[in-house]
Amino acid sequence: MGKQIVSVNINGKKVEKAVEPRTLLIHFLREDCQLTGAHIGCETSHCGACTVDLDGASVKSCTHLAVQCDGSELLTVEGLAKGPLLHAVQEGFYREHGLQCGFCTPGMLMRSYRFLQENPNPTEEEVRAGISGNLCRCTGYQNIVKAVLYAAAKLQQTEKVAA
Amino acid sequence: MIPSGFDYHAPRSVGDAIKLLGEYAGDAKLLAGGHSLLPMMKLRFAAPAHLIDLNRIDSLRGIREEGGTIVIGAMTVEAELIRSTLLQQKVPLLPEAAKQIADPQVRNRGTIGGDIAHGDPGNDHPALSMAIDAEFVLEGPNGTRTVQADGFFQGTYMTDMAEDEVMVAIRVPAFLPGTGYAYQKLKRKTGDWATAGAAVVLRLEGGNVSHVRIALTNLAPTALRAHDAEAALLGKPLTEAAIADAAQRAMAVCDPAEDLRGDTEYKTAMAGQMVQRSLRLALSRCK
Repeated sequence: MGKQIVSVNINGKKVEKAVEPRTLLIHFLREDCQLTGAHIGCETSHCGACTVDLDGASVKSCTHLAVQCDGSELLTVEGLAKGPLLHAVQEGFYREHGLQCGFCTPGMLMRSYRFLQENPNPTEEEVRAGISGNLCRCTGYQNIVKAVLYAAAKLQQTEKVAA
Repeated sequence: MIPSGFDYHAPRSVGDAIKLLGEYAGDAKLLAGGHSLLPMMKLRFAAPAHLIDLNRIDSLRGIREEGGTIVIGAMTVEAELIRSTLLQQKVPLLPEAAKQIADPQVRNRGTIGGDIAHGDPGNDHPALSMAIDAEFVLEGPNGTRTVQADGFFQGTYMTDMAEDEVMVAIRVPAFLPGTGYAYQKLKRKTGDWATAGAAVVLRLEGGNVSHVRIALTNLAPTALRAHDAEAALLGKPLTEAAIADAAQRAMAVCDPAEDLRGDTEYKTAMAGQMVQRSLRLALSRCK
């Protein structure tokens, strides 16, 4: 049960640490890497507050071992903004009042970030299905849906300008 | 939330995984998507001394066609089943039903092989695999063997798979043109396991049922195939009366556990409803 070395790229930076195999990725991020944006809301893999982007897919980091991430690319909510410039999903949640207590928000943002790459022009129904792995106690989801749709529009606008 | 300590192994081949299973006989568990095993370990329902991670074995992933058979690597994740155009064309029941399993994040990790090998009556793939006449390829120290889905599930969390075996693939005959199919799943909310579920695969010939499979989810200690209901439908037109009769016969084989999803009476009644809905939807898709 000795520690194993894990080498991961987190938010563009290489991180190398020794971890116990049983260390959950969420604890590795929060306690070993001090990336405390990702949260823990349950122990049954339901709430999605711990969602991060792992090798191009949304995963619940409470149900993944840190040791499994050797050689992986991780993106957490701390890596979304480019300097002072918010990512479109962050701007959308802010503009549309898609958060209150903010506890689900990092997970919601990371899921929305990936969902909008899977489906750049979603319907409201698709947004709701797309974030069904993320629970929120505060908002009733309505403004989160608006926030994701805002971000979708903004991202498409940005793409048009770039093209 | 905190699992017990264990040693972690990440073999690169099925052969190495089998060797490790032999070496740590009885103390090791295979780690696939980890979305049933880790939750059990976090609650200390399971505390294996060794985890053998299959995620770095590339040969266990992917979906391909071999003759008239679709071969799905056991480590293929649910999201990949949904995205697969090959499955959408050849075994459309699987991508449609996979959308009803768990949620997007879980579907990025959970695998079809793990869902089957877990042997949980609440899981969806066991009944689905019976409905599509799937067979499972199991590899052990003495080579590989292929077993039918029907007969694989022996009890709650118990299957025909031996402790030193690895499921490598799921083999499914491609649907013949005109095959109807459906998976109706009653659940309390998105991401929950079924209160009752029914998978149906159906073909007609000259207006009469020429092939039918009916399999039930979470209505007994294992997934069930409703043989009696199938037999009653064969060779006859699928009328409303025949659908109602099949539902009654399917309900007769149910033996659900009473829990927060409902008592046995409710679950059995819902089994009948799901069978009727699945038969009607499958019928509407028959060509």
